Amino acid sequence: MSLVTPERRTASPPHRIWNPQAECMETDLRRALQLELLREQVARMNRHCPYYAAKMQAAGIRPQEVQCLEDVARLPFTTKEDLRDHYPYGIFAVPLREVVRLHASTGTTGKPTVVGYTRQDMENWTEVVARFLVAGGLSDEDIVQIAFGYGLFTGGFGLHYGAERVGATVIPASSGNTERQIMILRDFGSTALVCTPTYAVYLAEALPRHGVDPSSLNLRVGFFGGEFWSEPIREKIQSLLGIVATDNYGLSEVVGPGVCGECLERRGMHIAEDHFLVEVVDPQTLAPLPDGETGEVVITTLTKQANPAIRYRTRDISRIVPGACACGRTTRRLARVTGRTDDMLIIRGVNVFPSQIEHVLLQFREAEPHYLLVVTREKGLDHLEVRVEVSQELFSDRMRRLWEIREALQQKIDNTLGVRAKLTLVEPGSLERFTGKAKRVLDLRNAPNGEQS
Amino acid sequence: MRVQQISIFLENRAGRLAAVARLLGDEGINIRALSLADTSDFGILRLIVDRPDAAQQALRREQFTYSTTDVVAVEIPDVPGGLAGVLEVLQDGGVNVEYMYAFVEKANDRAVVVFRFENLEGAASLLESAGVRVLTRAEVLSL
Repeated sequence: MSLVTPERRTASPPHRIWNPQAECMETDLRRALQLELLREQVARMNRHCPYYAAKMQAAGIRPQEVQCLEDVARLPFTTKEDLRDHYPYGIFAVPLREVVRLHASTGTTGKPTVVGYTRQDMENWTEVVARFLVAGGLSDEDIVQIAFGYGLFTGGFGLHYGAERVGATVIPASSGNTERQIMILRDFGSTALVCTPTYAVYLAEALPRHGVDPSSLNLRVGFFGGEFWSEPIREKIQSLLGIVATDNYGLSEVVGPGVCGECLERRGMHIAEDHFLVEVVDPQTLAPLPDGETGEVVITTLTKQANPAIRYRTRDISRIVPGACACGRTTRRLARVTGRTDDMLIIRGVNVFPSQIEHVLLQFREAEPHYLLVVTREKGLDHLEVRVEVSQELFSDRMRRLWEIREALQQKIDNTLGVRAKLTLVEPGSLERFTGKAKRVLDLRNAPNGEQS
Repeated sequence: MRVQQISIFLENRAGRLAAVARLLGDEGINIRALSLADTSDFGILRLIVDRPDAAQQALRREQFTYSTTDVVAVEIPDVPGGLAGVLEVLQDGGVNVEYMYAFVEKANDRAVVVFRFENLEGAASLLESAGVRVLTRAEVLSL
């Protein structure tokens, strides 16, 4: 594939397509391919994943009964709880010796969800990330600064491999340390930025304070994901940094980033449909919804080997954008994710569930589970505070003892969440309750006084 | 010889100490001695009051987290070296002090120090055998 260096800051560069065969496949052909892959996947799960085989049996459906693509709706769902119940390797469909990589995402309780990748899975993951990077304007001439965390979180590594595959020069800057990010942006001449949209805004606003004029930088494109954002935020990032900002989406339970991403048209994220079958269902009835209607996103992996997932309920709310895209791709597009059907929080790209805190407190015999998660945003970074009411049993007249209890609780929370949280002990009755039911989350990130930069 | 102390958990924010003081004041409870240990987040208010049972009832009603502990109050000559002498007795006897706080009595030339010991009985008899005067409950409440 030959890639031409695009003009800097061109309003509408030509659409370049990484894998035209896959991304511009005729609809009939693609559906036939999806059906074939789905049937294979279902048969494989029935053989190798006892937890899913049991679900199929309970639902009274045999693998050979999947005759057309619409039959996917007859298959049982997979939930986060299913993955948790089979921690760590129970969801794997291959022996561990075939797994070359593990990642993990936060679970709803103390245990994370472990996901695996075979060599082929790594190859496919790299491929789907390369597709959305090229769709959003990346080429082998670019210098990509990846300011996502590297670690168990799939964000950093996913984007890293995809950008390398495209042939760009990759800088694994990792997250945080704004001063160093700015130094790299300026001195290394980064042309592409990868981070959360929140951090992009912060970085853009921090540049002038560090004496750097954003227009003096070589930045021209940005790939933002890991959290929900909006059109006004996109416009802010684009105008502050003078770049084209695209959205991408994915979750580690099905692969990580790469399920879909926007092209330069920026009207919905093209789904890698030869790897993922995406449905939108009514969150209450769980019935499939037609394209265009808003509901819960449900994803079936079509090629994932290590931990395939059939009808994984993402709890993310979105819709399929109807109609064809001007870019020439024939793949369906997923609109921005606008919310959740549960109370999950995303803190610096990491998923946090209030139930995780509850789980810690219940383990901690001395505490009663009255708590509140307070999320604020400071300097473009999310901050999580866990307020716990001090019960009679937890309290001690000795400061040292009380401090020890506090430290033990803090450590358990840190170990469970995978993101730093500040623990504050508060007086009983000081946390607001609504009609007897406690409020668990106070998200001030979008409140007028929540941004404290 | 044992004096009951009430310890109250307080968030470190404006008005919390005043809230406790007002609550006890409205109940007609008199504070005989107090100390406040605090961190940037929270504090422990320790009180000796004239009517501990009434104080506990009021604190419970207002949902404060509190505990009660027995402490020892000793009389110390209000002169330089007065405290050192008492602490040396404790050190020589191998007794650990969890925490302590002092107040000076206006009427007499003496100071009163309140001690929280892990082993209250042992510490109190050690002090008495060394000639340190341990105050009775009635004496403390009449201060």
